[in-house]
Amino acid sequence: MTRLLITGNGAAAWGARLSGCEYLPAFPITPQTEIIETMAKWIDRGTIDCRMVTLESEHSMIAAAGAAAAAGVRVFTATSSQGLLYAMEMLYTVAGWRAPFVMVNVSRGLASPITLEPDHNDIFAARDSGCIQLHCSTCQEVLDCLIIAYRLAEDSTIRLPVIVNLDGFYLSFTREPVVLPDPERIKEFLGDYTPENLGFKNKQPLSEAVAVLGGSAYSYFRYQAHLAALNAEKVFSQCANDYDHLFNRNYHTVENYRTADADIVFLMIGSFATKAKEAVNRLRDAGKPIGLVRPIMIRPFPEESLRQSLNGKKAVIIVDQNLAPGFGGVLYREVAAALYQSPGITPPLLSYVGGLGGRDIAINEFFAMVAEAEQTADSKIPPPPRLLYTSKELKDIQKMQLLAQVKIETGEAL
Amino acid sequence: MYRIRFHGRGGQGMKTASRILGSALFIAGFEVQDAPRYGAERRGAPIFAYVRAAKEAINERGIITNPDLIIVADETLIPMPSVHLTAGATADTIMLIRTAENADIWQKRLNFRGRILAFAPSIEITNPEHQHYIGIACASGAAALIKQLSWNHLEEAINAELAEHPQRVIDQNIRYARIAFTSQSEGPKIAEGTPVGINDTSPPLWINLEFAPAQISAPAIHAAKTSVEVKTGLWRTHRPLIDRQICHHCWWICSTYCPDGAIQVAADGSPQIDYDHCKGCMVCLSQCPHHAISATPENEFNNAQEKGTQS
Repeated sequence: MTRLLITGNGAAAWGARLSGCEYLPAFPITPQTEIIETMAKWIDRGTIDCRMVTLESEHSMIAAAGAAAAAGVRVFTATSSQGLLYAMEMLYTVAGWRAPFVMVNVSRGLASPITLEPDHNDIFAARDSGCIQLHCSTCQEVLDCLIIAYRLAEDSTIRLPVIVNLDGFYLSFTREPVVLPDPERIKEFLGDYTPENLGFKNKQPLSEAVAVLGGSAYSYFRYQAHLAALNAEKVFSQCANDYDHLFNRNYHTVENYRTADADIVFLMIGSFATKAKEAVNRLRDAGKPIGLVRPIMIRPFPEESLRQSLNGKKAVIIVDQNLAPGFGGVLYREVAAALYQSPGITPPLLSYVGGLGGRDIAINEFFAMVAEAEQTADSKIPPPPRLLYTSKELKDIQKMQLLAQVKIETGEAL
Repeated sequence: MYRIRFHGRGGQGMKTASRILGSALFIAGFEVQDAPRYGAERRGAPIFAYVRAAKEAINERGIITNPDLIIVADETLIPMPSVHLTAGATADTIMLIRTAENADIWQKRLNFRGRILAFAPSIEITNPEHQHYIGIACASGAAALIKQLSWNHLEEAINAELAEHPQRVIDQNIRYARIAFTSQSEGPKIAEGTPVGINDTSPPLWINLEFAPAQISAPAIHAAKTSVEVKTGLWRTHRPLIDRQICHHCWWICSTYCPDGAIQVAADGSPQIDYDHCKGCMVCLSQCPHHAISATPENEFNNAQEKGTQS
């Protein structure tokens, strides 16, 4: 067993390498990541048999990825933040083609203002594209989920692109121990890509630029993509089970950490969820029955698993690392919607927005959220949604505003 | 868990330092997490990197707010408030500063609660060409203070982390590593930090963020004045100095090439460098036709002044 210190970017590249990716379309400039750099090095040295093509934008990159998948090769690509947004038009398009490939997104806050650190508004912008979404919390999970993602993408009951999401800095640049699975056993797990009735050639043309008018045909195709996405929840469980048998690492669409006897649970996704795990352990040290519910799968939304996880809890603390202006935390609303039609499973939900643009969530803030949840468990009335933000942070921003010549009292520039 | 934070500047090898220390700890049987953190991706900008190491799985992530060991690669970072050098330090924290001055001076200047160790740069590393070896010195000094690491762990980590470099580069690193490791091997033992429990913290001072009109709350910078007020001179690792004996007063060359407009011209036609804003890019040095401009490490410029070169 090889166990190495690898970054999230490195783990993603290893995942693509072990999956036998044959074609790598890439926009090579910022906000591209070391994932492509690592793959390029392997290709250059002949370590992997893969064709890399650099495209002039993420938009073209996704078009190339979809087209190559439709041509019958196993495709991998990657982007981040603004790049994902630039690719958005083609993401919907290739999902509509039902072209199976795997893409990594390294989550970072979106402009404006410009920042570099993690935030989930980029990946959440792709929620309705038709792509399956898996959200990772460790570098090991990046590698494992990426391999499982190929099984999902290529499954005949799904056949959709899969996006594997990892957080900028907190995973992408962070090294931690990662077990590299045996390549032969990965081959056994994945098998070859069988493009079904795709795989177009000169003699066997295929048109993907299909136009349908009137709405009825459009409804059919769009809803079929929805039904296919829904299948991914069950298929993930089967694949994860196979993966566990081969590699002894166990994944679920929703991870339940110390939840069995928990009264109050955190609900978080991504790398910040491991910070919640730390807080859970410390709260457990103090005898408090707290747990963590962590969806790995966000599309399809694992409603049934979440209902089971949250059934009987006295309060649920949902921390959104995203913000929909005029709406609030997206995950909070999605969980609320999933529970609304479930009689008997309606624990009070506490909504916090934290970690925007990589803003740290300190351990005392986890403790404070639990204190508010304990009150809510008694009163059944959750506090209003809250941005995790301290008086010191406001003072710091006021100093910056002075430097930027913003006159605080009147708002007029000096 | 050991929580170790490195502070330095881009180009001084802080990321490599954190990785070498991380690898050494991993080889020694620890679970490890290491990562760099930078804002402006450019040479000379402050960066930091951190290493966590524990015998069990690590769930903490991100910036270390309660360091057991702080390593300062470059003492010129100390006046920069944005660097937050001492953030989270307690009486148990050890700070290792690469400085020619003695520890007591820094202990007083910084009013530091923990213990400060001074760590004299080896003569060779004061050469600007060897700036990128500062990292290996820092990693090795830190390794020596973690008594659970041996020289062999460190050497194996250096060989692994630098495997893609030519042998002479690896050898040079090992040479510097040996000097730094030996210099700190008699130093105090770093104490492993404990988990942060619910009785170890006070509640966060949360506020409800109130609405502010866009005139205030839009992220705009008004007026060009701000570039005067931001003292970018603190970014320098090296200071360009003009030798007045050699300068031919062809001021239009250096002042035109200066990308920051930080070279003004005095009434007598002599170029004057505005050190409040000069970022130390050394474009002037490379453009000066008479080689009248030299680069001096920032922490030594006072000596250079005494030798009669320009302030």
